[in-house]
Amino acid sequence: MKVLMFGWEFPPHISGGLGTACYGLTKGLSHISGTDIVFVVPKSFGDEDQNSVRLIGASEVEISEKLVNVEGFFKKIKLIEVGSNIVPYTDPEEYMKIVTAYAGKQVELINTQVKGKLKFTGKYGADLFQEIANYALVAIQIALENNFDVIHAHDWLTYPAGIAAHDISGKPLVVHVHATDFDRSGGNVNPSVYQIEKNGFEAADRIIAVSNLTRNTVIEKYGIAPEKVVTVYNAVEPISDEERLIAKRGINDKIVTFLGRITLQKGPEYFIEAAHRVLQRMDNVRFVMAGSGDMMRRMIRRAARLGITDKFHFTGFLRGDDVYQMFALSDVYVMPSISEPFGISPLEAMQSNVPVIISYQSGVSEILKHAIKVNFWDIDAMADAIYGLLNYPALSEFIRKYGKEEVDNLKWENSAIQVRQVYESVVSK
Amino acid sequence: MKTICFYFQVHQPLRLRRYRFFDIGNDHYYYDDYTNESILRKIADRSYLPANKIMQGLIKEYGSRFKVAFSISGMALDQFELYAPEVIESFQKLAKTDSVEFLAETYSHSLVSLANPQEFKSQVDAHTQKIYDLFGRKPSVFRNTELIYSDEIGAQVGQLGFKAMITEGAKHVLGWKSPNYLYCNAINPRLKILLRNFKLSDDIAFRFSDQGWSEYPLTTERYVSWLNQMDPKEDNINVFMDYETFGEHQKAESGIFDFLKALPRTIFSRSRFHFATPSEVAERFQPVAAMNVPYPISWADEERDITAWLGNELQQSTFKRLYNLVDDVYRTNDKDILRDWKNLQTGDHFYYMSTKMFSDGAVHSYFNPYDGPYDAFINFNNVISDFALRVEKANTALYGDTEVDKLKINLAEKEALIKEYESLLNKSSLKPKLKVMATKKATTKGTKAPAKTTAKKTTAKKTVKAAAPKKTTAKKAAPKATAAKKTAAKKTTAKKVTAKKTTAKKTTARKTVAKKVVKKAAPKKAVKKAAKPAANGAK
Repeated sequence: MKVLMFGWEFPPHISGGLGTACYGLTKGLSHISGTDIVFVVPKSFGDEDQNSVRLIGASEVEISEKLVNVEGFFKKIKLIEVGSNIVPYTDPEEYMKIVTAYAGKQVELINTQVKGKLKFTGKYGADLFQEIANYALVAIQIALENNFDVIHAHDWLTYPAGIAAHDISGKPLVVHVHATDFDRSGGNVNPSVYQIEKNGFEAADRIIAVSNLTRNTVIEKYGIAPEKVVTVYNAVEPISDEERLIAKRGINDKIVTFLGRITLQKGPEYFIEAAHRVLQRMDNVRFVMAGSGDMMRRMIRRAARLGITDKFHFTGFLRGDDVYQMFALSDVYVMPSISEPFGISPLEAMQSNVPVIISYQSGVSEILKHAIKVNFWDIDAMADAIYGLLNYPALSEFIRKYGKEEVDNLKWENSAIQVRQVYESVVSK
Repeated sequence: MKTICFYFQVHQPLRLRRYRFFDIGNDHYYYDDYTNESILRKIADRSYLPANKIMQGLIKEYGSRFKVAFSISGMALDQFELYAPEVIESFQKLAKTDSVEFLAETYSHSLVSLANPQEFKSQVDAHTQKIYDLFGRKPSVFRNTELIYSDEIGAQVGQLGFKAMITEGAKHVLGWKSPNYLYCNAINPRLKILLRNFKLSDDIAFRFSDQGWSEYPLTTERYVSWLNQMDPKEDNINVFMDYETFGEHQKAESGIFDFLKALPRTIFSRSRFHFATPSEVAERFQPVAAMNVPYPISWADEERDITAWLGNELQQSTFKRLYNLVDDVYRTNDKDILRDWKNLQTGDHFYYMSTKMFSDGAVHSYFNPYDGPYDAFINFNNVISDFALRVEKANTALYGDTEVDKLKINLAEKEALIKEYESLLNKSSLKPKLKVMATKKATTKGTKAPAKTTAKKTTAKKTVKAAAPKKTTAKKAAPKATAAKKTAAKKTTAKKVTAKKTTAKKTTARKTVAKKVVKKAAPKKAVKKAAKPAANGAK
């Protein structure tokens, strides 16, 4: 079975969970014999791991004259103006830059052709909507040039491309929901994004959601028929030896870590409040908020107001090895997300033998047994769980041991088998 | 004559409230009154009261031909007194008839039989007393929490004076043997063992309303036909279950009460079985063999072992933590602490921490107030943390810090000794002429001296050890030593005696010094005089 897959990013050029998930899934699918994947990204850099997929950069695709005629078909998408700055997966620092740079700038309309090829950044910049539309144009060309049985589009950025390829080829479309705008925005949905998502869901033959939480959002908030939506949980890549660092500890205190974008969706303020409660009763503990985001300054101010800055640290954005280093240093990992479609980072923490506390409002809580689960707003419960893990060695040892075992059994191969079943169900239809 | 023995378990734990870590040391109330009251009321109304009413009716109808036994945990009795006294009254009514027997168990429905024999005895005694106070009967048959049994536990129960004990007819223990006979304990054969027939018990307790069961719906006729299939040589069938089976586990709508009402009549009319209480069974039949149960069994889960309570590290470490407190708890002699101690031991607190519920869901999560085993662990351990603090505080208030006290006494003794030396030294310096007179004595005492010094060595060592952990004593020791030095400076010979004390911390150094003293003791009488009381004093 040949799969034409549209993504937005691919390792190592990633800024969020989407690229990691796409990579893991394609790798898992490559273990199933008879599954060939052509993976399209807006821009390929040439250093991606292409063992399991053939990677096509949209910017490398030459657009024929014919395409210009079809162009009218996409007017709707083409004319979407970048009226909002809410964009997904933005490298948080970059996002801040966009917000500042964007003020007062004129909105530009799409510039279709640059010497036969379209320019893509593959980032999540201010021209995002233009890029999405361009990407859809290129998708038509790719759909015409390649032979495939099913189209698989990851997240809203690629839905227009998926729909375009679907319309031109008549092949079934599967869209994969890694997050919806309800998760990203905390309720203040961007209508343009919502429209693209809804179009994608409606055009799709099958929708894959990364958790039941997300599945419910798709069904309830977008009015999609439940039988069309399937839950396939994510997994995690086994940790490699060079990533398994033995970090040097500079201090004797226990370390409790929050790691992720410091945005509304991730619930950083609940972490600070819980930290404050724990610090009232314990001295030999430090809290680390690793990452950056639009709420970071507010969080620093809050920590200062609570008077816990001597025990509460901010690291800024962490990349690559630093992330593993941070895990290696941690005694407890907390993910208090308000709305997390899946949440792969607790799994990474568990791989590094760190006990985790996760919110019930995360997709990953649906599958994890050996994690302490609390409601994101229940700071008392969160504080209690942190205290328990730090003070009762029997508990942390137990969770560490069985959590590792559990996470090692979450394999992309299993997710891939389910995805493959979804393909089969739409192809045979 | 064949008999059938019915026994019902009545127990409700005292559930703990949400106890956060910031309550530790601040708030010493551990119980969720609302949940406890509402659950108890609910079960009393749905199960205990209507079931007791039926029992009363059956006894009225059949007199002493109908018999039944109850085991009511102290936790349940306490809560009945608080929230549903009419349940106690209805049991008291039953107790006035000849048809009802009450069994003994641990007051707290605890796992103490696996931890501490002394505490086990005290809980059994407390429960026996409570049963006597309420129902005017002294139980003669014992049933342990969740039918936990092993050879050793049986032997202990025998020692406590019970004539029989009830446990599970676990397949892995019985093998080819039948539970429908009387057995005896492997260590103490005088203790009879009654085994639960789990098939016939669970047909009612678990499967009664299971519509997927091939025998559904279960009628009394069919049930009695199974009884009749029993081997003609077998003596007795034990049907043991939770009393909540009637009306709670099996809802009233399932017809369980009608089944209960009709069962005795069907048994009388369609079979040759007679009802018997556990103590009657134990008297009437001869044990056929000894039961060998080296490892504890219970009636829980498929495995019939104790892993539901002590299966994982969370449970084991908490269990250890709790029972490490036992001696300190009794030392407090504090009414509130002893009450909480009783309540905290209930087996259910450990049951909630079972990770078996990940696979064996339904049973383990029944009335479980927690979100999961981790939640249960944190909450219970927070409570134990507070409890341990209270115990420690109470003991400190009562006895002071005992370690420090001992050292203080030690110090006072040393102080007195030094004064004695000083006075002696002063005397000897005043009367140097006595030397000549005592030459002969000195030689005889010189031989005795080594024995005394060795005794001194050992005692000295002890004081060193005791002094080491506490800095306060070290501080106090210092001025004492300097005081001794001052006096010692007066005489060169005396110096060595006191030097011995100051260097006492280093045993090797002390030995050499001590030897020197002994050697020199013979020629110099003054030293000899000083050395002798020193040896005595050190004793």
